[in-house]
Amino acid sequence: MSEVIVVTSGKGGVGKTTSSASIACGFARRGKKVVVVDFDIGLRNLDLIMGCERRVVYDFVNVINNDCSLKQALIKDKRFDNLSVLAASQTRDKDALTQEGVERVLNGLREDFDIIICDSPAGIERGAHLAMYYADRAVVVVNPEVSSVRDSDRVLGLLASKTSKAEQGSGSISEHLLLTRYSPERVASGDMMSVADVEEILGLKVIGVIPESQSVLAASNAGVPVILDEASEAGMAYDDAVARMCGDERPMRFTELKKKGLLNRLFGGG
Amino acid sequence: MGIFDFFKSRPQKSAQTAKERLLIIVAQQRGERGTPDYIPRLKIELLEVIRKYVNVDPSAVQVNLQKEGEQELLELSVVLPDKDGG
Ligand SMILES: Nc1ncnc2c1ncn2[C@@H]1O[C@H](COP(=O)(O)OP(=O)(O)O)[C@@H](O)[C@H]1O
Ligand SMILES: [Mg+2]
Repeated sequence: MSEVIVVTSGKGGVGKTTSSASIACGFARRGKKVVVVDFDIGLRNLDLIMGCERRVVYDFVNVINNDCSLKQALIKDKRFDNLSVLAASQTRDKDALTQEGVERVLNGLREDFDIIICDSPAGIERGAHLAMYYADRAVVVVNPEVSSVRDSDRVLGLLASKTSKAEQGSGSISEHLLLTRYSPERVASGDMMSVADVEEILGLKVIGVIPESQSVLAASNAGVPVILDEASEAGMAYDDAVARMCGDERPMRFTELKKKGLLNRLFGGG
Repeated sequence: MGIFDFFKSRPQKSAQTAKERLLIIVAQQRGERGTPDYIPRLKIELLEVIRKYVNVDPSAVQVNLQKEGEQELLELSVVLPDKDGG
């Protein structure tokens, strides 16, 4: 059984693309056949984070318009041969994605893949709507920050009503909250809401907490999703999140303030 | 910082303020969930009509959709201003 998972948030810049790339690699590393689809039409980015930008020939909109076959548009990942990328188109045409086209492409992908990750654009307009519409599961990416939390609640409302599953009454899609850019230091100083605060406000448990980490920028620079940087806390936290999505139990890491040793304090490790 | 400043009542931490504000916002958003998209528009038009006759404040008009079993009830309440021109 294939599964469509949307990575969404409402607000932009919270870490959807970063998370989509890492979650896709995480499932691939666990042996699943995975494809990750960039729904951010006009603002293609996922290819860069996945490190395959120079191999984009055809894109999502080309497939919808039958300019090429689905096979031709899929870019095989160099690290995992069970992982593929479908790039977004750079067109400025807002109507390039049609509901019928998206459904056709996703159905095609369902035949060949176990997991289909949809990297949603920001907002709640057409692109974001279509990215979530056919989903079986949703990962709502949220930062511990007022506007992001409010937007994620709006998105949770949409997931409960404006999806194919909800409209046809064929069950509800399961929702995961992924808290990213978390800084235990700032939580300790009272400047940032805690995991518990966000969970209480939204009435939902988090599936993972990704710390604010310098390795994310380094990973984007290199075109290697941060989950593959196994020495980085963000990478390990993404691996935990994927494990939990697969039903494993993993204790939360990197959410507590580290007690700094004297040397560390003197030389400012972090 | 002097030793006594430590004991002064310090202002609330910003994260706590954020949480309190969000609890209210989210409760409000969830209350509006599932209500039809036409409700806000309906409210504006009703207000325009009412204002032809009485000068009421926008906040004086409340439109609520309630479910009672199978039935849906559209409830409209308008608080009229005080007689003495208030
Ligand atoms: N855990 C993190 N730590 C530090 N920076 C992060 C983290 N997650 C995301 N970022 C940065 O935030 C920015 C937005 O991330 P991105 O994944 O493109 O968000 P979105 O797809 O939601 O717009 C990028 O510059 C990314 O490197
Ligand atoms: Mg993005």
